[in-house]
Amino acid sequence: MKQDIALLKRDHYKYDNHFGSDLRSDFPIFSRKIHGKKLVYLDNAATTQKPESVIEALSKYYKRFNANIHRGIHKLAEEATTAYEETRKAVANFINTDEKNIVFARNATESINLVVLGWASNHTTREDEILITEMEHHSNLVPWIMLSKKIGFKLRYIPVTDEGELNISNIDNLINEKTKLVSLTHVSNVLGTINPVKQITAAAHKVGAKVLIDAAQSIPHLKIDVKEIGCDFMAFSAHKMLGPTGVGVLYGKTEILQEMQPVYGGGEMIERVTYEDATYNEIPWRFEAGTQNIADVIAFKSALEYLQKINYEKARQHELKLIKHTMEGLNKLGFKILGPTESSERIGVISFMDDVAHPHDIATILDQHGVAIRAGHHCAQPLMRKFGVNATARASFYIYNDMDDVDTLLESLKEVRKYFE
Amino acid sequence: MNKKIPELDTLYREIILDHYKCPRGRGKIECPDITFDGYNPVCGDEVNISLKFNDGKIEEVAVNATGCAISVAAGSMLAELLPGKNMEEIREIGAQFQKLLQGEEKNVNLDKIGDLDTMEGVSKFPVRIKCALLAWKTIEHALQKHSDEHHSHTKTTVIE
Repeated sequence: MKQDIALLKRDHYKYDNHFGSDLRSDFPIFSRKIHGKKLVYLDNAATTQKPESVIEALSKYYKRFNANIHRGIHKLAEEATTAYEETRKAVANFINTDEKNIVFARNATESINLVVLGWASNHTTREDEILITEMEHHSNLVPWIMLSKKIGFKLRYIPVTDEGELNISNIDNLINEKTKLVSLTHVSNVLGTINPVKQITAAAHKVGAKVLIDAAQSIPHLKIDVKEIGCDFMAFSAHKMLGPTGVGVLYGKTEILQEMQPVYGGGEMIERVTYEDATYNEIPWRFEAGTQNIADVIAFKSALEYLQKINYEKARQHELKLIKHTMEGLNKLGFKILGPTESSERIGVISFMDDVAHPHDIATILDQHGVAIRAGHHCAQPLMRKFGVNATARASFYIYNDMDDVDTLLESLKEVRKYFE
Repeated sequence: MNKKIPELDTLYREIILDHYKCPRGRGKIECPDITFDGYNPVCGDEVNISLKFNDGKIEEVAVNATGCAISVAAGSMLAELLPGKNMEEIREIGAQFQKLLQGEEKNVNLDKIGDLDTMEGVSKFPVRIKCALLAWKTIEHALQKHSDEHHSHTKTTVIE
């Protein structure tokens, strides 16, 4: 089968040179060869690569000022504490809030679980409802199932259309006076769909329900302002936005964090402890019991600094071109794409399937060409079932990807046909 | 642009692709002695195995699998291979097959494992070994369950 991908070549797009290969020299991993070939990393929705500055910051902490934070009087402890709290400020600044509203966790999953266990478990009864969507990652689904089994509240779902978008036509019924919290993803990690979080937040607030936004997939791609969205909580992960693994962020509005119960007890989260009782530290430290992931939190600041130099608007334009090129190429090669057909309605996450080749076989063949994609259920089994599939292949982009990467992906996909015609 | 990749040719042999595209043993068997579901939560691959025994040997096998080429083909090959084999022979097939997947093909009696011998290339792809093993592991569990039930039944008879 002869596919004329050349027709779709980059001549059509004069994209901004400050993305793609221009940025790649900042990321040491791209000097690696995979099976003797250039690394084409298209698994960014799982985790992004790290710039030299982040790796450097990690190493610098351990080499120069490794110490436990907060309680120490000595110089190293003071420097480590300052650096740790500087990241909190940087995160707050990044999403337009105050540092007291930023809680560090291990990952976005833990951030969501803090809301489930620290807030929802004390603010719901069996008469209440919690509303999520049919496109949630297991991280924003399983904790709610667990809590609903314990408390007995009704877990309801905003349905997903065949096009992979939220069907909010019935939203006034789904969000009602019983709804205590609406928890939804900003962007689907499977479909790439960008959800109308601002509109849903407003609808929830009308009935007094709180809103948690899972921004793990959106914040690497879209400028986020928590005040503009108006949400009460937001969760995301450092490692999906150039930062180290092991750092999650929970944003919460001041008054809500203040009424939220600590989930973990231990060192640092307390104010005064007796044999009988304990009072808790102020927010946000109340939620950070025990020694924190100091090194990774500190290095996360370098990731935020890197992202701050990126023009998000231009990065989005660059990404849209990659999405369009990929979707056109996949269509030509006869692969089916899940989710919105309009590239403007999605971020750079593209799930695709084939009638013959299974996603795992596609991923294996691509890997041999140096192309890293993900294959599987993407931690969204109910959504997969809804679309009648067990697995999809997923390519996901970030700022260092370019048209050459897309061309390598498409050329390598032709190889799939060699085995699976 | 693409140079030939020998590893892929070894992985996706004609015979494997044939078993994937036209899996043997698909469908139902009448009154199976045991049925068992296998599932790989990492990738979502599923297999349903039904076995019917006669006189200590497997008489009929049904394997219904959804998943990648490797997991479906392995199930199909086992469906073709197992009828007529007794427990000992089946366990030996499993042992030989696992050795093959660990890259020890030199120590494997290739005559004993039917088309499974074409799975040799999987050993070069460590993440795919569990795909190749899903159907076998499910059969192993099914045999164990059958053996447990059989023994408990015998025990009950003795007590009565």
